[in-house]
Amino acid sequence: MAEQPREPQRPLPRLKELDTRAFWEATRNKELRYQRCDDCETVVFYPRRHCTGCLGSNLSWYTASGKGSIYSFSVVRQSYHPFFRSRVPYAVAWIDLDEGPRLLSNIVGVEDPGADLTIGQQVVVEWEEHEELSIPLFRPA
Amino acid sequence: MAAQGRDAAIVGIHEYPSRDVEGEFSPLQIKAESAARALEDAGLNWSDVDAIYDAGDGGGMAGLTISEYFGLHPRIIDTTNVGGSSYEYHAAHARRDIAAGKARVALLTYGSTAHSNAMAIGVGGRGGGVHPVDNMESFAGMTLVSNYAMAARRHMHQYGTTSEQLAEISTATRYHAMRNPQAVQAMQDLEFLDIRETTVEDVVNSRMIADPLHLLECCMISDGGGAVVIAAPDVARDCAKNPVWILGTGEATKYPEIGGDITISAAAASGPSAFAEAGVAPDEIDVAMIYDSFSITVLTLLEDLGFCAKGEGGAWVEGGRLRFDRPEDGPALNTDGGGLSSNHPGMRGIFLLLEATRQLRGESTSQVSDARLAVAHGNGGMLGSRHCAGTVILGRD
Ligand SMILES: [Zn+2]
Repeated sequence: MAEQPREPQRPLPRLKELDTRAFWEATRNKELRYQRCDDCETVVFYPRRHCTGCLGSNLSWYTASGKGSIYSFSVVRQSYHPFFRSRVPYAVAWIDLDEGPRLLSNIVGVEDPGADLTIGQQVVVEWEEHEELSIPLFRPA
Repeated sequence: MAAQGRDAAIVGIHEYPSRDVEGEFSPLQIKAESAARALEDAGLNWSDVDAIYDAGDGGGMAGLTISEYFGLHPRIIDTTNVGGSSYEYHAAHARRDIAAGKARVALLTYGSTAHSNAMAIGVGGRGGGVHPVDNMESFAGMTLVSNYAMAARRHMHQYGTTSEQLAEISTATRYHAMRNPQAVQAMQDLEFLDIRETTVEDVVNSRMIADPLHLLECCMISDGGGAVVIAAPDVARDCAKNPVWILGTGEATKYPEIGGDITISAAAASGPSAFAEAGVAPDEIDVAMIYDSFSITVLTLLEDLGFCAKGEGGAWVEGGRLRFDRPEDGPALNTDGGGLSSNHPGMRGIFLLLEATRQLRGESTSQVSDARLAVAHGNGGMLGSRHCAGTVILGRD
């Protein structure tokens, strides 16, 4: 990261959070991970310690391809948050990964998010690197 | 459960009149003032109250704090907090506790100084929290408005709903607000520009906040509060005003799931439960008090509550159908002016009960002639991700 002492920063996840830390640790290696239960095959997302499909907790981590599609999106034109205010207009979207999990992110790499995005559009992960982790953003595939 | 049960009734109400207290009143003071006026409305006193329902808006250790502040020693404390739907849950729980013989007079209160505190409820970013959900989502900068906007976008995609159709929600609500002096005062105090009845064109030409939602599709951020007194049948018969019976209730949750459909809210589960318990069908409802955080909230909830089929809400609301003076077309919507144009201090659910009660007493400023049945539906949390639904069916004798 370049030094930007007074630039407002994107709010970053906390690595100490116990359910999601393994997810975020993997983003250092640009791996987008999700859990599936060894016993009942339930895909669990967001990450947790226990299975929501059975009473067990034999969850294994899998790495998603990073490919998915836009389930829905909005273009934010007003925000009072110091960082996001500087980014308007920007697109927030629910992304359906090809492997199933639906996650919230931003769509980047489009000139006019109000005109260039559609529901169902194929997207692929684009990592925004930070010191201790990377943020999974998406761009049109 | 017997159809059309008469287990408990709303007997006293008060809506705190000011939407801008200019920092001169606290949420606790608004709660206490509202409680006293609602008890007065019922012809009851503090000493009659034996059950407290509280969403924690007066501070920590909610049930204890508010009991001491009011000077009460309740037999029942319920501090359910499910955001804006809390008060529909409180009404349901009060009825349950009264029916079980655990309480006779229940008091629900709400106070907020969201406007004075300059809370940017709708467009504030969310800071990085320690809950796993926050840890997974805060980085994306999803404002509250854009959360709902994603539900609207998906609704448009799946069913062909248009911005002009969504705007009908805003225009009907403003039509009612202009008849409610408190709502007009609220819009003046909150410095709304150009306070008047609006057209569909006004709404779709207003500034885009988060595509596809425009400014006039978003609720206000006010101060405010209110109180509701719910009592057992024998108490209710002796109260000052005619009882408004709680006929049926339903509760449900919704959150993101793999393959989930965000055009369907938790109301699709809570609504049928409430209607079945009440022995009432949606087409019998005269007044629909539906949580209008945004236009899309109402459209989605009208469908999910069964007023029209899923996906047909856009066409159904066209042509001013939701106005109070069109009773032949189905229920009147948010006849107080709603959260869009009268009162939204953060958790609007209590006002749904208040205006539904006014309608069934014949006290509304947009009175539906001979209103007999009303629904109050609270949506707490966020429509486009995770929320609770509380449906309450109300009726008069
Ligand atoms: Zn399992």
